[in-house]
Amino acid sequence: MTELETRFRALADDAFAGLASDEVLLLNLGAEDSDFVRINRARVRQAGHVRQQVLMLELICKGRAARADLALTGEDETDAARAVAMVGELRDLLPRLPEDPYLHFATQPVNSRHEGDNRLPAAEEAVEHWLDAARGLDVAGIWSSGRISRGFTNSLGQFNWHSDWSFNADWSVHGGTDQAVKQHHAGFVFDADTVTRQLTEARDTLPLLAKSPRRLTPGRYRVYLAPSAVHELMSLLAWVGFGLKSHRTAQTPLIRMVREGFQLDPRISLGEDHAGGLAPRFTPEGFIKPERVELISEGRYRDCLANARSAREYGEAVNCASERPECLDMAGGDLPADQVLSALGTGVYISDLWYSNYSDRNHCRITGMTRFACLWVENGQPVAPVNVMRFDESLLHILGERLEAITSERQHILESATYEKRSEVSARLPGLLVDGFTFTL
Amino acid sequence: MHFQRAFEQFLSVVPQVEFWSLRLVGEDTETLRVRAGVVEPPARSLDQGAHITLVDRGGLAYAATSDLTRDGLRAACEQALRWLACSRRHPLFDTDLFPRPRQSGEYATPVEIPWAHWPLEEKLDRLHHIDRALAIHDCIVDRQARMTRRHVQTHLHTSDGVEIEQHQHILMPGYAAVANRGAQTQVRTGGGWNSGGQGGLEVLERFRFHDDAARVAHEALTLLDAPECPEAVASLVLMPSQMMLQIHESIGHPLELDRILGDERNYAGGSFVSTDMFGHYRYGSELLNVTFDPAFPGELAAYGYDDEGTPAERTWLIRDGILERPLGGALSSARAGLPGVANARACAWNRPAVDRMANLNVEPGESSLEDLIASVGYGVLMDTNRSWSIDDRRNKFQFGCEWGRMIRDGELREVVRNPCYRGISAEFWRNLAGVGTADTVEAWGTPSCGKAEPNQMIHVGHASPPCLFHDVEVFGGD
Repeated sequence: MTELETRFRALADDAFAGLASDEVLLLNLGAEDSDFVRINRARVRQAGHVRQQVLMLELICKGRAARADLALTGEDETDAARAVAMVGELRDLLPRLPEDPYLHFATQPVNSRHEGDNRLPAAEEAVEHWLDAARGLDVAGIWSSGRISRGFTNSLGQFNWHSDWSFNADWSVHGGTDQAVKQHHAGFVFDADTVTRQLTEARDTLPLLAKSPRRLTPGRYRVYLAPSAVHELMSLLAWVGFGLKSHRTAQTPLIRMVREGFQLDPRISLGEDHAGGLAPRFTPEGFIKPERVELISEGRYRDCLANARSAREYGEAVNCASERPECLDMAGGDLPADQVLSALGTGVYISDLWYSNYSDRNHCRITGMTRFACLWVENGQPVAPVNVMRFDESLLHILGERLEAITSERQHILESATYEKRSEVSARLPGLLVDGFTFTL
Repeated sequence: MHFQRAFEQFLSVVPQVEFWSLRLVGEDTETLRVRAGVVEPPARSLDQGAHITLVDRGGLAYAATSDLTRDGLRAACEQALRWLACSRRHPLFDTDLFPRPRQSGEYATPVEIPWAHWPLEEKLDRLHHIDRALAIHDCIVDRQARMTRRHVQTHLHTSDGVEIEQHQHILMPGYAAVANRGAQTQVRTGGGWNSGGQGGLEVLERFRFHDDAARVAHEALTLLDAPECPEAVASLVLMPSQMMLQIHESIGHPLELDRILGDERNYAGGSFVSTDMFGHYRYGSELLNVTFDPAFPGELAAYGYDDEGTPAERTWLIRDGILERPLGGALSSARAGLPGVANARACAWNRPAVDRMANLNVEPGESSLEDLIASVGYGVLMDTNRSWSIDDRRNKFQFGCEWGRMIRDGELREVVRNPCYRGISAEFWRNLAGVGTADTVEAWGTPSCGKAEPNQMIHVGHASPPCLFHDVEVFGGD
């Protein structure tokens, strides 16, 4: 047992000790020890370390609940005293609240534990390799690494622990006129050769990016959306696309599938693959997530993601921590990745999309930009980079009648996001060949 | 929160370096929400931590920790020293450029009505009242009213003996009504939704929090049956609740100096603005005047000093349409050799400071709103941002609003739904044809401007009058 887990257990014992018989206390721990190195022009812009630990408390009594988050100082006595004091504050609050009809928490204890091995090199060793391999290139990017720990326990006797060591290197190699190659290496095992190989590929690609960019006029184009580009679209869809609450309140952008029976191409199947993701298998209320939730099956809207609150409100089973997918899994197709260019023929190879948002949510119409190395392809050969273009297109078309092919290979994309904390969200996605993708500006 | 002990502990463990700074930050946040008649569990957050920066012999690094014990702060210093060595081997710039503030001081948001002035029951009653006022029809399928208050306390200490203490009190109120019929859903928001201001409960009045819920719900219903915004090249009147976003995306971000210097190219992006444009580039028409103003009363990102310790003051960025100065903090300004502003900010103790736009405002002009509308032959008035997208160099944009009204022959006409417009920053502001007077200015902002690696979400303020633009591509939904 790690020191952090031991401390969490001891802190919980202190917090539970003073509970009345009709009170239930839920405790979640969120902790990370992270190294962050930000680079510009293959040199260090900002380098540092962040150690953060937060205790989340939810006190429940007589159908009422109140919540509080506390940053842990690291001093056991101080942290225990603050936690107990906060329980007291929440206790004073509860009688002043009405009953909460959607209050929902696990009452049948199911324990679990995952403690991953540290298979990472020293962060500075990996960063030095990255910078050495990038020498002579104009590289901007971020290195993030270290241990992320999540814990849940409640006064009913349940304890869940999930802790692992991971890294995420995300960078872009710049050249030409505002052109760049986007690259990533992320996971649990760092492979220096992978970084070297990718940067060598970037060097080889830069002469192509240095060619005069092709300026496209607005209109419809035949395009290949690489998995990273598909990920941008799916990330926006994931925002409120699959949640039970957004489904029942008609706010899902897939409302035409819900209300009008609109169907996507039957080759489209999407699921929330809890078992294949990085996030813990338990929810903040102590529920255990199922292995998988089918969201879209063979083009038809299927199940919703129901968090504890929505599940209570609508009488469904809890099947997620958040109603936004944490490991979206799209079924692969039959187009081999090495035949993408020949299948595209003449059109645009879109490596990345960026800054997507809805232009008409009821029709799942999304606008956004191309970004990084997007290439004009003629007769299966990349001939020039493309100036950034704005698209405005319905996902119902992209995944519907305009879908030509899905790659058989899929990419497991680990989000590099670090808002407040390092993301544990990932997605397993193929590339898509689409005919009639609309560029507007 | 009392940070004196943490500061003393830090002094006992900080290593001998050429320069250090210690930023101690405490945040106390509380959220109340009533959704469709149900009080959701109140949520409180008490966050605190230390951000340590060390500069020594050509190296620069940081460490941040929520462990404010002596051992915790010592461990953080050791982590910073580890990265100091790495940064020394791969420096992006000469660390002699790192700013060393000289002025100590204090700042605190003026608060007229403290959060605690109303007991919990009264706050919940008021939220219930609004929630009921939103429930005007069976087609209102979801509704909510909320209030979040935040007290951010920052103590900045440096090895030169500078001490800066700041207290920001922020209120973020708002409500939303969701109307639906069949496969048509429309959302209308009010009361300061997705914005906010500095101050106490008096901020509610600025956003007409108590008086506007029925209008918001009626407008959500109206949108269900409204025609789509037509596709045309037309005149466009943007209300302050949309000017906020227009300023933010197509003036604020492109003028951030760290973007111009390339720091953000892997994530938030670069800029179409380059360092040689300042002093002569025509950013907009002669009517365009833009200031960086951390002293604007009640605006979301008001402060006395930025997180590098630079005193904040009102500064002109664009005057009569000509670009004068970037949004660069002291470090970025030194790197670029350009004058800047006090805008190096961190979103929390666990992130380093980078260039942010803070309060960025369009100065008032000479037209009343009635004058602006009366001058339009054919156009659209758009209100309240709903959708935003712009390229990584902040040029090609497309924005959408909740609410649109057609303008024909100088008069407001029918409501249109899904109003959107697109353009190119470098051209759009040159088509600025009218700017509202001082009495039409409203201060909006957003608590969630995302940027930097590791990522940071921060609050920014944008005050503006309504503005008129010509020759804009407008359109609606399918």
